[in-house]
Amino acid sequence: MWIAIAVISLIALVAGLALAAAARRLPASADALVDEVNELLPQTQCAQCGYPGCRPYAAAIVAGEADINLCPPGGEETVQRLAGLLGREAPALAVPATDMKQRVAVVDEALCIGCTHCRNACPVDAILGAHQYMHTVIADECTGCELCLAPCPVDCIRMEAAR
Amino acid sequence: MEFERREAPFVTPPTDVAAIMQQVLLALVPATLAYVWYFGVGLLFNIAIAALFCLLGEAVMMRLRGRPVEDAWSDYSALVTAVLLAFALPSLTPWWVTATGALFAIVVAKHLYGGIGFNIFNPAMAGYVAVMAAFPMYLNIWTAPRMGDMDYHVMTFYETARYALTGTLPDYLDFDAISRATPLDLVKAGFNNMRTFGEIQTNPMIGDFGGRGWEWIGNFTAIGGAWLMLRKVIRWHIPTAVLAGLLLPAGIMYLVDPGQNASPGFHLFSGGAILCAFFIATDPVSAATSVRGRLVYGFGIGLLIYAIRRWGSYADGVAFAVLLMNLAVPAIDALTKPRIVGHPRRQGSGSG
Amino acid sequence: MSAPTYDLGKLHGGLRLPSEKEKSTAQAIREVPLPAQLVLPLAQHAGEPAQPVVGIGERVLKGQLIADSDGVISAPVHASSSGRVVAIEPWPVSRRRGDKAPCIVIECDGEDRAVERAGDLPPYTELAPEDLQLLILQGGIVGLGGAVFPTAQKLMQAVTAPLDHLILNGVECEPYISCDDMLMREYAMDVLRGGQVLMHALGIDSCYVVLESDKPEALRAIGEALAALDDERLVLKQVPTIYPSGGEDQLVQLVTNREVPSGGLPSDVGCVVQNVGTAAAAHRWVNHGEPLISRVTTVTGDGVADPCNVLARIGTTLADVVAVAGGYTERAATMVIGGPMCGKSVSNDRVPLVKATNCVLVMSAAPANGREMPCIRCGECAAVCPVQLLPQQLFWHACADNEIKLREYGLTDCIECGCCDLVCPSHIPLTADFRKAKGRMRELADEKARAERARQRFEERNARLRREKLEREQELAAQKREALESAPEAIQDMLRRAQQQKPDGEDD
Repeated sequence: MWIAIAVISLIALVAGLALAAAARRLPASADALVDEVNELLPQTQCAQCGYPGCRPYAAAIVAGEADINLCPPGGEETVQRLAGLLGREAPALAVPATDMKQRVAVVDEALCIGCTHCRNACPVDAILGAHQYMHTVIADECTGCELCLAPCPVDCIRMEAAR
Repeated sequence: MEFERREAPFVTPPTDVAAIMQQVLLALVPATLAYVWYFGVGLLFNIAIAALFCLLGEAVMMRLRGRPVEDAWSDYSALVTAVLLAFALPSLTPWWVTATGALFAIVVAKHLYGGIGFNIFNPAMAGYVAVMAAFPMYLNIWTAPRMGDMDYHVMTFYETARYALTGTLPDYLDFDAISRATPLDLVKAGFNNMRTFGEIQTNPMIGDFGGRGWEWIGNFTAIGGAWLMLRKVIRWHIPTAVLAGLLLPAGIMYLVDPGQNASPGFHLFSGGAILCAFFIATDPVSAATSVRGRLVYGFGIGLLIYAIRRWGSYADGVAFAVLLMNLAVPAIDALTKPRIVGHPRRQGSGSG
Repeated sequence: MSAPTYDLGKLHGGLRLPSEKEKSTAQAIREVPLPAQLVLPLAQHAGEPAQPVVGIGERVLKGQLIADSDGVISAPVHASSSGRVVAIEPWPVSRRRGDKAPCIVIECDGEDRAVERAGDLPPYTELAPEDLQLLILQGGIVGLGGAVFPTAQKLMQAVTAPLDHLILNGVECEPYISCDDMLMREYAMDVLRGGQVLMHALGIDSCYVVLESDKPEALRAIGEALAALDDERLVLKQVPTIYPSGGEDQLVQLVTNREVPSGGLPSDVGCVVQNVGTAAAAHRWVNHGEPLISRVTTVTGDGVADPCNVLARIGTTLADVVAVAGGYTERAATMVIGGPMCGKSVSNDRVPLVKATNCVLVMSAAPANGREMPCIRCGECAAVCPVQLLPQQLFWHACADNEIKLREYGLTDCIECGCCDLVCPSHIPLTADFRKAKGRMRELADEKARAERARQRFEERNARLRREKLEREQELAAQKREALESAPEAIQDMLRRAQQQKPDGEDD
């Protein structure tokens, strides 16, 4: 019986050492994981999670600084997928889900004063315009993040259902 | 003129699940008749009790799941499970043994996995195995078949009923007198006692091919199975593969050493091999799906039946063989996907 | 005379269905009388709808162009008879995507006067293939087998690949439909001459005319016409009567033993498939100047008193068409455009007959599909699938909305033939589920593409901001250096003055 115990213990020791060596020699690249997490996020770049964009949020998740349930446009589905990827329990959404991806921003050209505040605020550069020139939203590229609504001094941007 | 709108196809579907199950039950009638002729009415009691508890169990589970009971009863699948379980059990089985098997099959193996279509394991075999583990002694009480030249007492209907319902034998009989080994038991015991197959065959319990009585039951089962294949209720792949998987190693081993191995004919006509090939392994829900997958699945069952019979400690390996291959089905399915028309023939080659 | 040949490829699966064509083929094609009103949808073809070129109140002649093709994949529409345009408005139509579509409504004047031809038509053999293709486009010729893909564009796309064979599809495998059968019996020469036209437009010299074995009269008619035509480029071939051997990819496989690659076209393996009706229409336009304004349609089913085939003007309402077939019986409850496997049911008979209408099937109350049960994994669906898919697995994954697995198991290769639906003992509406799943996959693919673009734009914007910041810093640093280099004495002065202003005892 003692021989059996000794043999099993030896195998365990060898296996443990091998695993440790493998972990050191073949590290799972943290960068690759951030990419994978980013793939699962909706890319609205709305900053509602508290991070300035989806990639920074992904980096925070991988670094362990943020939980995976902070993305409203991603909704339950994204929480589940992230949980699946990272091998964790899927917590309930911390904020209510939104369907902001179904809407796009539209500039009311009659009121626009060409101040470029909204253009600078757009995280995906979907607003065209120069100082003192008319601004317009490229509807195909707008993600519905609503970050341009607040900076507009004349409140001339509204959200409309995307066609 | 106005019309109602429907979705294509606008053709009456040729078949439904209930029709399939009813045909399976019909195909088992010849086998039932042969069995009752040789072994008495015990089988009928088993069928009745198993059917009662299968349907009861199904009703309770459907209620618990919040579904209408009619939805499950109407597809007749519980009855098929009951009949197959009754065939697997010895004809003299007390009612509580049959009931336990039936309840386990329906409640655990079928409904706890999600109901028809979702069960991984063949319910009848799962029920049989559960009972074999729980009441092993009752599953060894096999009676001798009707044979003109032997001292054989056929138990009357009343005596059988009494045993089935209360577990008591008539006063003039006791277990040692009534129970006989099955042909497979005989063969295994014989080999263990260093007898050759030729010597074992002289035992009057062994008939021309397989066990006395069992041969004819095998024939009638095969007739039912062939009818099912003609009616396209089952396809030929699984039965052929099971029989091939059993006969191939049996044949090889018999050729190598006919003294120490039972003949392929014996294996074919003994125990539940033919029943398994045509009725048990062909249960669509727990079997593989693609054609190649089914051939692999059936062949694996045949191989395992032979392996358990030859080298295992159980006399017949049908139930375990089926359950083990059920476990392998997801892997078999994943590895035997057919090539979609228009996709490259081999990995790495271009299309077109 | 070309005897039918049997050297064929093999089709996996498929079903032998009862043909139900005896009644509708028992008599000659009947002509539907000119209706009082013609309703001509602008979108009778795949691709962009045509744009009207006539106005309300305008008088038009038979065969006159009333709507022109608009866009890369489109086809024109011609007036089916002479009369006055009374409206251009939405009307109930039989398309999948919605119930009403813009139509040009013509009130017929009964005179049926045709557009006058300016001079004789040049023989098409003198035209270059590209010019012949353009000519075919002008005739409004589209695929009459049901897909109504504009023929000219199909030819133009096909010639970009090396081609061997033109295949004229006279298979008509779906039950009830017999319009191609009757067309071949009564207009066999039109079909063959159409084959010649199409061969010239494609620049090839091999044409197979393919029929199913359950059409002996049509086989005979085509055989006789081939003998009379004496053109050895055209060969008659016969295939076994199995549904869905009339599908484009399936027919190529059967006739030439080549598999059309997944996501590809028959031209990828050197073949072009055209319906026999399309060939006949091409012949009538190219050789006689008559654009596509009428077609043969089967009117059948037990809801019709006298099932038959009719020759109807495009734009006739189905009510008028059914009247020619004896009107409705009391059993009429469902009206299907197309066949029982792939057809679409419509809600009323004011819908017009369009280029795609190959069959009007009026049936008694549609057979009650039993309650849908869970899949029992019987595998019959896989046994009958002509594309060798595993519909069972597709079903599980469609329920789970698993886009990756759906793609892996080949959902996009499904031809929606309905074979799996028919054999399923659990009565699962597989084809409808697959259609929905395909829509969902497209949606998800779109979303993914959009998200990818947003991600890229976000990263490019960040890169741009970083770059701008870097440039600003560099500029600032350069300015500082410049200032230091250009006027050192002034700066030293300033520094000295600043030092003097500091209280004593502090070092600089």
